[in-house]
Amino acid sequence: MPTDAPIIDCDIHNVVPSIDALLPFLSEHWREYIRQSAFKGAPDNAYPPQMPTTARPDARSASGAPGSSLDVLRAQVLDAWPIEIGILNCAYAIDSIHNPDAAAAMAAAVNDWQVAEWLDKEPRLRASVVVPSHFPDLAAREIERVGGQPGFVQVALPVRAEAPYGNRRFLPIFEAAVRHDLAIGIQFGGAPGNPPTGTGWPSYYIEDYVGMAQIFQTQVLSMIVEGLFDRFSGLRVVLIEGGWTWLPSLMWRIDKDWKGLRREVPWNTRLPSEYIKQHMRLTIQPMDAPPDARHTLQVIDQLGSDELLLFATDYPHWHFDTPEEALPVPLPPHRKRKIMADNARAFYRL
Amino acid sequence: MVVTLPRSEDINWTARAVIDGDIHPALASPKSLDPYLSQHWRAHRQQLSGFSYSGATYPRANPNAARVDSWPPNGQPPGSDLNFMREQLLDEWDIEVGVLQPLLGAGAQRNLEYGAAMSHAINDWLLAEWLEPEPRLRASLVIPYEDADLSAAEIDRVGDQPGFVQIMLVIRTSEPLGRRKYWKIYEAAVRHDLPIGIHFGGAGGGPITGTGWPSFYIEDHAGMSTVFQSQVVSLICEGVFEQFPTLKVILVEGGFAWLGPLAWRLDAAWRKLRSEVPHVKRLPSEHISEHFWLTTQPMEEPDRPEYFVQMLEHFPPLADRLMFATDYPHWDFDAPDSALPRVRLPQGTHQKIMAENARALYRL
Repeated sequence: MPTDAPIIDCDIHNVVPSIDALLPFLSEHWREYIRQSAFKGAPDNAYPPQMPTTARPDARSASGAPGSSLDVLRAQVLDAWPIEIGILNCAYAIDSIHNPDAAAAMAAAVNDWQVAEWLDKEPRLRASVVVPSHFPDLAAREIERVGGQPGFVQVALPVRAEAPYGNRRFLPIFEAAVRHDLAIGIQFGGAPGNPPTGTGWPSYYIEDYVGMAQIFQTQVLSMIVEGLFDRFSGLRVVLIEGGWTWLPSLMWRIDKDWKGLRREVPWNTRLPSEYIKQHMRLTIQPMDAPPDARHTLQVIDQLGSDELLLFATDYPHWHFDTPEEALPVPLPPHRKRKIMADNARAFYRL
Repeated sequence: MVVTLPRSEDINWTARAVIDGDIHPALASPKSLDPYLSQHWRAHRQQLSGFSYSGATYPRANPNAARVDSWPPNGQPPGSDLNFMREQLLDEWDIEVGVLQPLLGAGAQRNLEYGAAMSHAINDWLLAEWLEPEPRLRASLVIPYEDADLSAAEIDRVGDQPGFVQIMLVIRTSEPLGRRKYWKIYEAAVRHDLPIGIHFGGAGGGPITGTGWPSFYIEDHAGMSTVFQSQVVSLICEGVFEQFPTLKVILVEGGFAWLGPLAWRLDAAWRKLRSEVPHVKRLPSEHISEHFWLTTQPMEEPDRPEYFVQMLEHFPPLADRLMFATDYPHWDFDAPDSALPRVRLPQGTHQKIMAENARALYRL
């Protein structure tokens, strides 16, 4: 789909190539800790390196770990489309580190690495603040530390967590994000240690992968009914890489339940779907679209707003092979333009 | 004052058969199963009154999660009095056949032997006090599902009794239902030509979502559909339907608008990741089309009724797989005359959903 119209890519993954890349951004204490323990960095179970979805074929053929090179990113995404603005979502699994001081130090190192190696070198890029999301006070402190830097436009939270994000234990994160006028980007993945379904641990990676959409649904419900958007009228949440064709069915279900059960959550003064339309956006890849493109258009219509979808390549993850497949529906030009750039520009205030 | 809404004046539905796929019988008292338990297990019940997983307290919308008008005149719990159930449900709505789903906690017992004894007792209680006196009723066969050997033995014991039309599982089990620890249940189900009915609820001991414990009943209730999705994913990805090609699964009270979007996502993932699960030979959506049925309550209610029709078009197997249910006596009861959205459905679809899909599945 190369075109002259502006494109904002809301989901590009910059990958920490190895622990060595973070050493310059860590204190001597943590460098020694890493040397003595032979710690290789946070393990990334959400994207096993050799699984097909983890990297598209052209990203694999480049040198280094897919997503770890700015030059390759420029060649394969930023210049290829071309992209006006790309938002980096580093999925470094800080939440798998149970030592709170180590988690905070590693998150800070990842953020300083993002500034030095990506944001300072490429003006088209923006980034997400990586935080120790499982220690909300420390996460808030990291947001305070770097949230004012202009390259950061959101705080990244893995969709899997020890508790749904509406839970009050997470309030310091949302308070800090709102204070710094940052969006919250909820991302595919997470390593909290508890099972990724409401019925225990599945056997296969494909189940974790598909099942991530159910966890996004759980987070949407939690953030609304706990009253996060009643408490923070300026809170903006982007659901990244979780699919979106499930959203109409979820809105129908929770709107109906709210009518029956709202006395339990009296701070919710509007239909849940209205909070979604005002406060939430979703990136378009993976599409998880029905086989018939006409049906995809109907699902887009069922969203009830043409402002919800944000274009994303999800580079280097593998969902499509040609640019035409990135948004394979015949939308009218003004609606296409909203998805390709205008919705993101407005929501992220770019 | 408690007032029951009158039936609709619209007589269109009365000309049609209604089969109700989800009715909850209750125990009149905790002692109601005693006649069906051994002396040892009666004493166990008196001491512990059940010993299950703790830590999942979400007080319901109403006492017993029941319609406020569903308490029988004798003051006993909703769903416990067959005569009142006849009056308020079977006669009132001309229910041709109703399927009982006893939610009595047998499968969630941590003492598996007691779970087996409870299952045995519940099934005998169903036969003696519900199925025998009321020919319009059928029932789900209760099993201690966390132990497949004990479950298979109970299925072999009563599975050929004609009143039992399916085997009862719950959606929140200790592990995803595709895992092999449950396969002997499916083997026994196929042996007795019984579908598996997986009902809303249950307690497997872990958090009730894929991201820990939520705070509110509305999350327990609305979020249940995410667990239904997890179980569909598990049953398909573990190869259960390659292993048991004639197995049929009914998803009870979990919603159904999510099924098409889940099938699209599963298909897309399988195309990329199938090397991990070579035992899954077919597109997941084909397995869904062939092996799954769903009950309708709580009915999907899109903000625009025409979206309901679109939803059926987007996943065509649905029209042949949806089976009406009231969920009597629970608070979110769906009435036969007003449950389906007020929108023109394709020719024949209304009758299929209200009765004919269930008639075909259960061979009524």
